[in-house]
Amino acid sequence: MQKKRVVFNYPPHVVEQPVISKLVKEFDLTVNILRARISPKEEGRLVLEITGKRQALEAGIHYIRELGVEIQSLAQDVKWHEDRCTHCTACISACPPRALDVNRQTMEVSFNRDKCIACEACIPVCPYQAMEILF
Amino acid sequence: MAKSIEEINEKIKKGKAVVLTAEEIIDFAAERGVKKASQEVDVVTTGTFGPMCSSGAYFNVGHSKPRIKLGGGKTYLNDVPVYTGLAAVDFFLGATAMPEDDPRNKIYPGKFSYGGAHVIEELIAGKDVRLTATAYGTDCYPRKTLETFISLKDMNEAILFNMRNAYQNYNVAVNLSDRVIYTYMGVLQPKMGNANYCSAGQLSPLLNDPYYKTIGIGTRIFLGGGIGYVVGNGTQHNPNVARTEKGVPKMPAGTLAVKGDLKLMTPKWLRGTSFTGYGVTLTVGIGIPIPILDEEILRYTLVKDEEIWAQVVDYSESYPQCVPGSLGEVNYKQLKSGKITVQGKEIPTSGLSSYLKAREIATILKEWIEAGKFFLTQPVELLPSVDSGIVFKPLKERPIKKR
Repeated sequence: MQKKRVVFNYPPHVVEQPVISKLVKEFDLTVNILRARISPKEEGRLVLEITGKRQALEAGIHYIRELGVEIQSLAQDVKWHEDRCTHCTACISACPPRALDVNRQTMEVSFNRDKCIACEACIPVCPYQAMEILF
Repeated sequence: MAKSIEEINEKIKKGKAVVLTAEEIIDFAAERGVKKASQEVDVVTTGTFGPMCSSGAYFNVGHSKPRIKLGGGKTYLNDVPVYTGLAAVDFFLGATAMPEDDPRNKIYPGKFSYGGAHVIEELIAGKDVRLTATAYGTDCYPRKTLETFISLKDMNEAILFNMRNAYQNYNVAVNLSDRVIYTYMGVLQPKMGNANYCSAGQLSPLLNDPYYKTIGIGTRIFLGGGIGYVVGNGTQHNPNVARTEKGVPKMPAGTLAVKGDLKLMTPKWLRGTSFTGYGVTLTVGIGIPIPILDEEILRYTLVKDEEIWAQVVDYSESYPQCVPGSLGEVNYKQLKSGKITVQGKEIPTSGLSSYLKAREIATILKEWIEAGKFFLTQPVELLPSVDSGIVFKPLKERPIKKR
């Protein structure tokens, strides 16, 4: 089994198609929607965690691409500007999946992209604008 | 045997001074014993790096040709208004000032992404900022408008002057209400969903000299990456609060007023800071050396996180309404562990003051002293202590009757 956190960018003509149910039914994938948004211009944006067998996962993503949906990994959209971070730990209690974490010995803050669900809870709590999510 | 500042400086000059950080001294004294440690160690360095709102800087930008009198008019740096109630080309920029067209909290919670503190950070980064002004014009200062780029190196003086920094201990903030609140202690979740604290604890300058026996007017310090001086007690300096047996205040107590040459400072140690829904502030790096003059002074520097207690205060009602009272006492060891228990409830904690950076500051100051680049000063006068009779007064309003 493999797990991937990805961002789907839908062009307007795909927004009304039942894409996700097809991923579940025909490719036997488990899909967890972390965020979903449709812009005023009717472009859609989904943040998903997809789990399934490696081959099925690849086939599913291939199918999505064929539809004209752009896919990128979530990590590219979430930025921790380490130079702006002061390691104050203001974000630590705000981050539900503990992607932002602190070494209690050194009190050094770190960001683990793989755990981030792009919930944006860190954005208003960081006084140094060190977190950036490009949505 | 007691040491003098002169003797310590002599050792610094010879490269023989023994310097430890306020963190290192704890284990050192535990191993050697307090008496021996007080003889062997010459200086303990402290540090803190946290948001300190009562900060700002004054500038002299030089005279334009023809001359302009900024006083009585309006002057801005990158659209942030400065205070001009001074001579022609002197002005003061407050850390929390913000552009007039910033929406503040009209779109709640406001972002406060740019203000005086960010201007200070950009200036010390060597960037150009826009100096714009309008004036009323006089016979000797005829010019009425000014628009120019300016950088720190163009100015005659650029002095950081903070009237309240380095608070000796602080509150732990929680929110008892059922909605999210946005405070200077950060975003507080309803029903005590989180607790925020703001002190460097065992590394914090005034917690290592709780009765102000070494720190006073003229104490040379690390300030914003450069050299600064303590110029007196800060505003709201309040030595007469409840203290532990060892003299450590259990609530906000002493404060410092400090100054230093901005041209020597670096953006790493003076940072523009934005508190959502609250405003702009400056995060200031301060490091203070404590001369180990005798055993008593060493003992104070041995303070540990678990010996420093702070009050848990509700920022939804108690704080804004000035209702005294604490929901409980917790120590910094508990706060730094990531969770505390208040009235039976376990609450996740977050800091606003960076312990990692506080340690880095104490270490830099230690290295400066070891390298013979930084000498200690004898204060001209110590700060008012518990015998000063200082009472921290609230504002007593006396209504102005309209005739």
